[in-house]
Amino acid sequence: MTSTVTAPPVQARTEAVRPRRPRRPGRVAVHVLLWGYAAGALLPFVVMVANSLRPTSEIFTEPLRPPLSPSFDSYVRVWTEASFSTYFLNSLIVTCGAVLIGTAVSALAAYPLARYDFFGNRFLSAYFLAGLMLPIRLGLVPIFYLMESMGLIDSLLGLTLLYAASGVPFGVFVLGAFYRSLPLELDEAARIDGAGEFRIFGRIMLPLVRPALASVALFQFVPLWHEFLYPLVLLRTDDRFTIPRGLAQFFGEYQTDWSALFAGLVLATLPLFVLFVVATKQIIAGLTAGMSK
Amino acid sequence: MVQAGKLIARRRAARTGRRYVPRWRVLAVFILPALVLYTIFIVYPLVSAFRFSFSEWKGTLEVGFAGLGNYRDLLTIYPYDEQLWRAFGHNAVFFVGTMLIQNTVGLLFAVLLFRYTRGKRTLQAAFTTPYLVDPLVVGYLWSLLLSPTFGPVNAALEAAGLESWALPWLGDTRTALPIIILVNAWQWVGFPMLLFSAALAGIPAEYHEAARVDGASSWQAFRRVTLPLLTPAIGVVSVLTFIGNFNAFGLVYAMAGSTGSPAGSTDVLGLLFYRVAFREGGLEAIGRSSALAVLMFVFIFGVSMLASSYFRRKERALL
Repeated sequence: MTSTVTAPPVQARTEAVRPRRPRRPGRVAVHVLLWGYAAGALLPFVVMVANSLRPTSEIFTEPLRPPLSPSFDSYVRVWTEASFSTYFLNSLIVTCGAVLIGTAVSALAAYPLARYDFFGNRFLSAYFLAGLMLPIRLGLVPIFYLMESMGLIDSLLGLTLLYAASGVPFGVFVLGAFYRSLPLELDEAARIDGAGEFRIFGRIMLPLVRPALASVALFQFVPLWHEFLYPLVLLRTDDRFTIPRGLAQFFGEYQTDWSALFAGLVLATLPLFVLFVVATKQIIAGLTAGMSK
Repeated sequence: MVQAGKLIARRRAARTGRRYVPRWRVLAVFILPALVLYTIFIVYPLVSAFRFSFSEWKGTLEVGFAGLGNYRDLLTIYPYDEQLWRAFGHNAVFFVGTMLIQNTVGLLFAVLLFRYTRGKRTLQAAFTTPYLVDPLVVGYLWSLLLSPTFGPVNAALEAAGLESWALPWLGDTRTALPIIILVNAWQWVGFPMLLFSAALAGIPAEYHEAARVDGASSWQAFRRVTLPLLTPAIGVVSVLTFIGNFNAFGLVYAMAGSTGSPAGSTDVLGLLFYRVAFREGGLEAIGRSSALAVLMFVFIFGVSMLASSYFRRKERALL
């Protein structure tokens, strides 16, 4: 190190051009650190799956043993007795419903806001955009009493509508940017051919922003699937619970059944894992399909 | 006839270059569904939160105007006066700890991975996996792993001959908050890593090489050339970390319950807000919890704005 500082510039230059010799101990340390941490990042999940496959008594007596004779008993228990099947269905209904409604109304609203210059456009755009900066948790207490006055406490419909609304600012923002990137001549040509506004939207605009629709839907899906505070406050009976809300209940009730607790955690994590494996392909397919046209 | 007239109007609009605008009824069909949904479920509650915080409440009855009464109560009436500052302090520790641990390690990984070729994708995927998982699941998982009686972490420490290290991690007031910070960092470290990786890729390689040619050591080149050029990324990571930490709820709830056990040593503003609003707020719950929500919002929003403009100024000074 010091030799390069004191060496004349010419010599330093040639030294810099020459490929630097890998310093052995340093390289090894980097490898160990990175791969060691990677193992550390994944190990808790391995333990989670492993422990879900062996009985609680064994987890308690032999905390570090792998499942030598794996059994799915705890999964059956969690799925039927602890009503995870219900939580699962509820999460699916609420999240899918909210993503569909949220994306659909955003796709509709973003279109005229992005492509037509009408009175009030700027105000409406800013109004929708403001939602991106405001945390919806700030409104938790008023939402609770609003839902109560509408009879939507402990209702999957209420949660679905709330979730759908929370996706509107992001959806309008992203889809607006996509609509704006499409050439103006596109709808002008269609209009001269006599197509009405809804036809232009449904047949030309919507198919062209399909990849963006997929991304908007996916981006909404993950936080909604994980949302905990709203279900904690708005849902009351066990058969309405979503997965995160059900999980909190379940951890209180099954305290001593560790095998079931680990199985519950695996079940709560699995859908998102599957979604990521499937959806990543879907989004890439959507993008390339849009490009080849 | 009407159809034909409309067609002519459209053609004229297209020819004269004036942008065609659909009729109001058509615009309404497009915009109203989103507008109604968003106004009822997002805007109205947000505006109400401000109004609620300035009203006097008896249960769910709004009995009058309270001015800043609810805010004063939060700061002066027991137990809020104690719990508010304690929770605020924990959030601050949470933020500082996360910056020091999670974001520094994230930067370190990004730098180490920068020139790494074989297995880079695998490593990045492994580092980012935990953040795909629900924070609530992460919290519950670690509370099982760290259990003092049957948890595998302490079992492994004992097996390695480190019995004195097998502590009741989440049961001790001194270790509980640091452990939550570490678990949170374990979950999110992939995020600063990815952001810093992208920022590093955007810095021309010549800058670093030029510094090296001028005789700077590897560390000096990093400290004096690379790090200043990462200012925009550091700004983004800091602000997002701040917002995330001050809004923490699910992870802490799973690891420490709604009271921030043990003995409130992990209580954060999110938990306190939940308790005031729905657990122990009593007759004044609505006013006081709304005041707390507004205070949190003003603080988080204000600091984020200040920090963003600070980093923007630093960025401009660089160019």
